[in-house]
Amino acid sequence: MNEEKGMSLIVKTVTRWLKGFIFLFGAYIVVFGHLSPGGGFPGGVVFAATFILLTLAFGREYALKKIGKILASELDSLGAILFLLIATLGIYFGGIFFSNFIEKNHPTGNFNLFSAGIIPLCQISIGIKVGASLFMIFIILAVIRVVFEDGKGKLITTEKKDKK
Amino acid sequence: MEMIIGILLVFMIIGSIICLETKDLLSAIIAIVPVGYFSGIIFLLLGAPDIAITQMVVEVLSLIILIRATIRRDLTTIEEERDFFGLITTFAFIFVFFIFGIEAMKNLPSFGTPSFTLNPSSPSNRYLLNGLKETGAANVVSAIILDYRGYDTLGEATILFTSILGALAILRVYARKRSKNE
Amino acid sequence: MIYYLCFVLFLIGLYGVCCKKNVVKIILGLWVMEYSVNLFLILLGYRKNGIAPILKKGEDIVEFSQKAVDPLPQALVLTSIVIGLGVLALMVTVAIRLYQRYGTFDITEMKKLKG
Repeated sequence: MNEEKGMSLIVKTVTRWLKGFIFLFGAYIVVFGHLSPGGGFPGGVVFAATFILLTLAFGREYALKKIGKILASELDSLGAILFLLIATLGIYFGGIFFSNFIEKNHPTGNFNLFSAGIIPLCQISIGIKVGASLFMIFIILAVIRVVFEDGKGKLITTEKKDKK
Repeated sequence: MEMIIGILLVFMIIGSIICLETKDLLSAIIAIVPVGYFSGIIFLLLGAPDIAITQMVVEVLSLIILIRATIRRDLTTIEEERDFFGLITTFAFIFVFFIFGIEAMKNLPSFGTPSFTLNPSSPSNRYLLNGLKETGAANVVSAIILDYRGYDTLGEATILFTSILGALAILRVYARKRSKNE
Repeated sequence: MIYYLCFVLFLIGLYGVCCKKNVVKIILGLWVMEYSVNLFLILLGYRKNGIAPILKKGEDIVEFSQKAVDPLPQALVLTSIVIGLGVLALMVTVAIRLYQRYGTFDITEMKKLKG
């Protein structure tokens, strides 16, 4: 079936060139979140959009080989645990939950990449979490095969993907 | 500025009416896209660039999810009959709600003067003046969501996690039924 | 005046949730309501000829705080948009489950069929 393998050759070639740039753009939005507009949430959504583009252009087997369902769910949990770990380290170093314990008056000054305490670290962990979550939603809803019973008790598989 | 926002809002209203009234399922899902797109442009005009980025990408993702999960080969049009009694009751309720809403909105400050300019001790003033000194971040919105109001971000991460868990749990029953019957 | 238009958008979404018989239309009505509420919150925080709340190098802080728009609703709406996407995914999952249980998206048919 042709639609199992994804879209046409033009779409596949363009995606192959562009996927690195889109991923890099998402990483830029996440890491520079404390200096320019963006942050963890938009960057995470752009991460998820990269992988969804891969799934749509190449078909489901290729994308699931690149980042399978188990890896996506592990990244999701990893992002959440990292966020809580940074917040709990605030108790150890600063005395309060969530305190900003990395030195803020850095010798290189403000407006640099390495400023603003724990904020870039938290942005990275939120970016990983949101990206993995939204990619998992897409895989659950649109890629996985589902089985159900019809009225007579027989099993039918239905394809969830019906392209026009 | 007000006129541009007003015109875009009128387009959004027309788009949403088309979305809810058309009989074709694919047209309904596509007609929701201008509502989100113009909403993102209005965010950009109002001085909120992070939210404009988020809104555009989330709207594209929601379109993909809706199309992939609800369009099937055998279901493309909607046949429905009008239920007049329910329709009239709903319109009466919406009209009463509209009147109350108009009365409540007369007490809001006019468009262009937010309430933190009228009250010098509001938290937004403190965040703007002391944001760079206390947190070190130049983007005041990032400083708010991760330093001053970090608990809200923690709650958001929890909600996102739980909703994915719920979606997976609802769809997982099928797999177990299949392995039990084979 | 603009607040009234935003409120009309919310009411259109409410009409979609209350009056429509197809599950997909109900989901779309809820999504329209979500857009209108996020827009309303940002509209409340706009200052005339204001700039985005991002500091530049070497800018005076007091002058910046006289010109910037309200940053607090922006922080709250940012998380609200992403949460809305998660809730939409959950609603679509329930819609898929309903379709495969009853074979239709029409809620009046679902009331007639016994479980």
